[in-house]
Amino acid sequence: MNTKKFIGYSVRFMIYALVIFFFIWAIQNQYFNYIFSQSSTFLVLLRQHIEIVLVSSLIAVAIALPAGILITRPRFRKAEWFVSMIVNFGQSIPSLAVLALMMSILGIGFKTAVFALFIYSILPIFRNTVAGINSIDPNMVDAAKGMGMKPSQILFRIELPNAAYSILAGVRTAVVLNIGTAALAYVIGGGGLGVWIFTGIQLFDNGYLISGAVPVTLMAVLADFLLRRLENIVVPKGSRRSVET
Amino acid sequence: MIKFDHVTKSYEGGINAVKDVNFTVEKGNIVVLLGPSGCGKTTLLRMVNRLESITKGTINVNGQNSMELNEIDLRKKIGYVIQSNGLFPNMTIEDNVMIVPDLLGWSKKEKRERFYSLMGLIGLNADDYRKRYPNELSGGQQQRIGVARALAADPPVMLMDEPFGALDPIIREKIQDEFLHIQREVKKTILFVSHDIDEAIKMADKIVLMRGGEIMQFDTPSEMLAHPKNDFVSQFFGKDRAIKSLSLHTVKKLQDIIGLVEFDETIQDTKTINVNQDLRNTLSMLMNQEADQVIVTDDNGRQLGAITIDLVQKYLHFEIKGKPSVAQKG
Repeated sequence: MNTKKFIGYSVRFMIYALVIFFFIWAIQNQYFNYIFSQSSTFLVLLRQHIEIVLVSSLIAVAIALPAGILITRPRFRKAEWFVSMIVNFGQSIPSLAVLALMMSILGIGFKTAVFALFIYSILPIFRNTVAGINSIDPNMVDAAKGMGMKPSQILFRIELPNAAYSILAGVRTAVVLNIGTAALAYVIGGGGLGVWIFTGIQLFDNGYLISGAVPVTLMAVLADFLLRRLENIVVPKGSRRSVET
Repeated sequence: MIKFDHVTKSYEGGINAVKDVNFTVEKGNIVVLLGPSGCGKTTLLRMVNRLESITKGTINVNGQNSMELNEIDLRKKIGYVIQSNGLFPNMTIEDNVMIVPDLLGWSKKEKRERFYSLMGLIGLNADDYRKRYPNELSGGQQQRIGVARALAADPPVMLMDEPFGALDPIIREKIQDEFLHIQREVKKTILFVSHDIDEAIKMADKIVLMRGGEIMQFDTPSEMLAHPKNDFVSQFFGKDRAIKSLSLHTVKKLQDIIGLVEFDETIQDTKTINVNQDLRNTLSMLMNQEADQVIVTDDNGRQLGAITIDLVQKYLHFEIKGKPSVAQKG
């Protein structure tokens, strides 16, 4: 136990040290300067980035969550393998290829980026919704039914609360992935902080590169943190940590 | 009251899970559905609250044909306990117990009062458990909560599907005793599924022994042990069924019918046994040679006489073999 703790602490310490070292290095070389000298551009790019992530994630939740619920109803259960197959197939296409494909259909711009990311976020949310509901002890549902609960009551009072952990983990995965992948939106003219990252790569300019990449990373870390906090609020106390995915 | 009238359940392909079953669970009685796995006992139980459909025949619950009721309403009037207790981990103990009252729209005050009285009934401290969650409780406690939940809206009829099957033997016996104690107070009409012969003998007013979806015998435990109707029944209860039947009789009954022997005050090595103890435990005690003499005492500790293996044997002969028509529970 103690060696484990020791290793844990030292690894954490090393990571913190590296991060601090990186920031000192970046600040000393004035690599963050663009954020301040071109702050209006930065804010526009940041807003675009957040919009792409937010809109695509919200649409994905709005589609994948009801789809996951629907497919676990007895009437549609038989179709589960088929829908899962399609969704899995969507995920197996590389994200850049999805963007490229969408560009050839929808043209360039914000909408295309949102749509591509939406396609890409469906799987983690859908899969975790289905897994969360499937992992519920069938005896529990049987007891609920036997006591006279209606199907809608079983869904909202038993199934969803007990699947909440798994579903939120899916949303978290999707959002964090999205924040990173949204940097590729630049490629199809969707804007976002990818503009600076790719400019930095093309011009070999560390300033642009870091001014774009660090905020994206921070956003991902922040989103992960906030969604974990949300878990503590939404997931009922008794069913916490009962479903690990 | 639950009345089964020519009840049949068949699946596609003509396989009968339950074949032409007829029997009645009288008001306030416990009837145990007993049989090997796959005999259709659980299916039969689940047909009562229509978790399984009925192919043919009718089931009357409290004088009303179950098919004429809305299935949701029907289920709210029937207490339901299952083996793996089926408590909802996302709800507190209070919310779990009060589910059916909640579905029935009871007020907050009514629910709170009912919760306290139920917890008193099952012998758990309401304040200690109210805000806790099922995963913080032991298996035995969870099963007690499961029973309380089934009793919550005071349904006249209860279905129990191997409710104590997942508990270890010591806890199981304790909860069985507790439950029988509760039943003496609440007098529910209970259909109880079990695969445990001892449990069935202990809990049942009457046993339904099933095989392959058919009733082999429907009788009181003592009658079934003394007079098995066919080879299957006698095989199912085993060669030691005479010994098993002893658990239905108490020392008191033996004393009333054939009397005890005088105890010998010169013998030092003695043990005492309560007069309300069942004869099966008494016999085990005698055969274990724990003492040279076993003295029977009443609840006040008064010594009534001594008991011997000979006496038990005589009683067995008299009670079980001698009176074929008498079927009563001890």
